[in-house]
Amino acid sequence: MFYNNPFSILSETVPAIAMQSFLIVMIALVVLGTLVDIIHKKNVKYFFENAKKAKKSATKVLGAGERVSVIAKTVVYDIGTTSELGAGKRRVAHLLGMYGTILFWIASAVMIFCYSSLTSSTPLAWPIIWHVGAIMTVLGGSWFWFFLRVDVYSEAQPWYRIIRADLFVLALIATSLFGLIWSYLQSLNLYDRWDDKVFLVLYVVSNLVLFGGVYWSKFAHMFYKPGAAIQKNLAEADGSRDNLPPEADAPEKFGLGIKREAPKHY
Amino acid sequence: MPTFVYMTRCDGCGHCVDICPSDIMHIDETIRRAVNIEPNFCWECYSCVKACPNHAIDVRGYADFAPMGHSVRVRREEEKGTISWKIKFRNGKEKNFVSPITTKPWGKFIPKLAEGEKPNRGEINSQKLYNEPEGLNTKKELPTVNKDVFKKGVYY
Repeated sequence: MFYNNPFSILSETVPAIAMQSFLIVMIALVVLGTLVDIIHKKNVKYFFENAKKAKKSATKVLGAGERVSVIAKTVVYDIGTTSELGAGKRRVAHLLGMYGTILFWIASAVMIFCYSSLTSSTPLAWPIIWHVGAIMTVLGGSWFWFFLRVDVYSEAQPWYRIIRADLFVLALIATSLFGLIWSYLQSLNLYDRWDDKVFLVLYVVSNLVLFGGVYWSKFAHMFYKPGAAIQKNLAEADGSRDNLPPEADAPEKFGLGIKREAPKHY
Repeated sequence: MPTFVYMTRCDGCGHCVDICPSDIMHIDETIRRAVNIEPNFCWECYSCVKACPNHAIDVRGYADFAPMGHSVRVRREEEKGTISWKIKFRNGKEKNFVSPITTKPWGKFIPKLAEGEKPNRGEINSQKLYNEPEGLNTKKELPTVNKDVFKKGVYY
């Protein structure tokens, strides 16, 4: 299963151009959903107005080199390791889901555009990346959804309570999980049996929900959060710090620090 | 003015939900971020503002120390045991303060809540807050107000 390109086998029944068109439609849906979200919530307008206002209290003018350095550090550390989640299970689960999804999507795009014909031979790496990415997404997403959701962990809501905020994570898990099952059934060579076709339909539907539901789900946070992290670190560097006080130069008498407890006291 | 949350900063960690003494900081069902569900009941104690690890919560300071048009922001550094305050007045003047989180040894006078018993479903769904009424140093039942005294359509 891990060495099979599921899109190459699918090309026996579905033309490669149809798969490629589907992928382009999904990308278009993400762009459209995000734009509608931005226009409706006015969040980007507010964000830039706020950043402009904060700049007025800057104590230092950052040069181009300093800005590039701050942005690069933010991309590598804050965004690349989702540092805002602190050390702990949430961060590990998020990293699993985030990198799993990135690998899954990149491998899907490469296999659909480059290796989705019957004549092409797929390098072994791409199907492995696709399957490993899907497994990472399912593991990270399920760990988060069953155990680490804030409404379950901190608000003591039952784990089976589904709210609109779950649309993104559940669609993401469903896409990867149905993709994996479909690929596994394909690898069994069931010929014209119904099993793999059912999971192919479920895989397509979950993709439509995931990418078509951007406006209603939390999908767009993957575009907003990096922007917010860059603004936060630039504000720290130029001294405006969003009006926050500077870090304390603590005298000895302030004693030992305290250890933050996990928020589960309901 | 009650607390409000900067949505780009909030990561839905739940620390404000945990610490709010009025149980009014909750998690929004659409975007899974913190929200003050009952601004009228917020007494602006700053607990959530200090507890937020991402500085995502803000509140207007009391008028007796900072007139309108100001900004009061807090940075809590638990490893140093400090809370820093910055008040920026509307004329641009700034005041900075640093104070200890606590002067008492941690765990001696302040309860270690993480080691406390987990509330059961009945306690979670009740109107009482965590550790009530024992936490208020009383064994008596808490006073209640009969719903009939509130005018329908105005209060509920």
